[in-house]
Amino acid sequence: MRLFDLLEETCVTLLSNKVRSSLTILGIVIGIASVIAMISIGQGAKMSIQSSIQGLGSNLLTVMPGVIQPGRGLVSSGRGSGQTLKNEDAEKLKDLSGVSYVSPEFQRRFQITSQTGTNTNSTVTGGMSEYEQVRNITIDKGTFFNDGHNRSMAKVAVLGPTVAKDLFGEDEVLGKTIRINRINFRVIGVMKEKGSSGFFNPDDMIIIPLSTMQKILAGTDFLSTIALTVADKEQMPFVQEQATELLKERHRVAEPDFSIISQADILGTLSQVTTTFTLFLASIAGISLLVGGIGIMNMMLTAVTERTREIGLRKAIGARRRNITMQFLSESMMLTLIGGIVGILLGWLIASSVSRFAGIATAVSPQSVILAFGVSAIIGIVFGYYPAKRAAGLNPIDALRYE
Amino acid sequence: MLECGDITKIYTTGSIQTEVLKHVSFTVETGEFVAIMGPSGSGKSTLMNILGCLDIPTSGSYFLDTHDVSKMNDNELAKVRNTKIGFVFQSFNLLRRANVIRNVALPLVYAGIKKGERIIQAQHALELSAFPKEFWYYLPNQLSGGMMQRVAIARALVNNPALILADEPTGNLDTKTGEAVLDTFQDLHEKYQRTIILITHELYVAEHAGRIITIRDGVLVDDSRVKNRRRVQNNTI
Repeated sequence: MRLFDLLEETCVTLLSNKVRSSLTILGIVIGIASVIAMISIGQGAKMSIQSSIQGLGSNLLTVMPGVIQPGRGLVSSGRGSGQTLKNEDAEKLKDLSGVSYVSPEFQRRFQITSQTGTNTNSTVTGGMSEYEQVRNITIDKGTFFNDGHNRSMAKVAVLGPTVAKDLFGEDEVLGKTIRINRINFRVIGVMKEKGSSGFFNPDDMIIIPLSTMQKILAGTDFLSTIALTVADKEQMPFVQEQATELLKERHRVAEPDFSIISQADILGTLSQVTTTFTLFLASIAGISLLVGGIGIMNMMLTAVTERTREIGLRKAIGARRRNITMQFLSESMMLTLIGGIVGILLGWLIASSVSRFAGIATAVSPQSVILAFGVSAIIGIVFGYYPAKRAAGLNPIDALRYE
Repeated sequence: MLECGDITKIYTTGSIQTEVLKHVSFTVETGEFVAIMGPSGSGKSTLMNILGCLDIPTSGSYFLDTHDVSKMNDNELAKVRNTKIGFVFQSFNLLRRANVIRNVALPLVYAGIKKGERIIQAQHALELSAFPKEFWYYLPNQLSGGMMQRVAIARALVNNPALILADEPTGNLDTKTGEAVLDTFQDLHEKYQRTIILITHELYVAEHAGRIITIRDGVLVDDSRVKNRRRVQNNTI
């Protein structure tokens, strides 16, 4: 039997039962489309998180009080609960070789009000002038504070764009006064928008001089974070080790009572989260693909029963087992092939409309398309094989007599 | 041309063995028109299955066109059916969704013949079975029973077989159309010297053939020429 004849036969058969064929195809379309859409949403999330973390400053090491248990990530770190990091620690870290900037920071959430009465709850970070370099801050309007502000405990603030908008709307912000914890601050600068990375929003914060933060607002002398940048990326592990030794010695402890996290660690943790997330979405979508496959098998089994006499006739006039197997396999594969192509297009459409209308980044990767295509082909073979074998195994004498 | 030697067929269901055919022997020469007759349960269907290479005998030999069919496997039997035998069934067994030409050409698909050639051979076969040209592109359900059986006869002729095997070809037709179909067989026999075996339980139908083999309870009881052969007078469908 020629391949062209086989395909022609397949098309004629499927077209003669348009409603049933298209409903079966629909099952596969939904399965493939949801797999494609889910994977691309997951991968898009992963990529946008990666790029925004890199935007926060590469070559960054973050020292935090308390021990972060491996595998539990940042969430359980209890940031700010430990009181072991002191300003002098930051001073000493500056002397390590390979370190270019050190930024001691103290962070706490406060209620912030403007004079017009609007208020917001946001993170207030006390920092040094190095904060600007270490955290990759770009100033949109006004200036960042300098060392002088820090020495004089000046009550000045640099606002993130989200805070500025929440408090003042579209009005001019520079020179205005805001109240943090009932203390007046003058706004001297507004940061440029960085964009949310999904889990935290770097635009929703206020930066004030560290001395002001510690002495006036919080009344403490410890730090919640020391961020430091390393001149050469290759030196990161070395600097991390040096810093660990130094702080252990200063704190007089055998095991570190602090954690040093590199950008790679954060990236790794978040990648793990998004990969799990993607896998979770894809497996739910996979279930619908499986259901679609069972739909194919169901249709093919019905077709075998309905066409028993036809199979008998075909065998009587000279069709071999292989011809019958191929005929039914080709029907199920044609169904999944069409379903696969339409499903990929639909999935791509869903992914791009999600990123357009919901603002979630998506990325349809060629791998996911190949995966979806391969899976649909395999479904065609796997779920078509049993009905095809059953058809081919029919005894022509019994099949011809079947009512 | 066709030689059955001591054919026995035993069906085994669980521990019960049923001997359906018992030592049946006969020969059919090329160009003969033979009717195999017997009541239901006589074993004539089993004999037809063996003659049509759909089944093989438990013991005994069956030579078709000098090939020993009784020892063949599934694929070899399929090849013999495809090239040497043309079937005509009681219930026509046409494909609903294929037009007349496609139905007739179907055996050639499995012979691996190209489409253009298939259509030419199918048209030739339709002419042999006296099927009117204006219905060539109709679907089977648009045709009458007699017309459908002519399509089936054309399909049986299309591969130019050594043997045409008709199983109760008039069973689903009224007397008049049945006669027209029988006339077609007589024509094929007389004008084109085809070898035809017709299986029936009606003496009236069998008498259209030149020779009648009678089977009862799996045993060949009679094999004789027809003295007063029936002729179809009016062969319009």
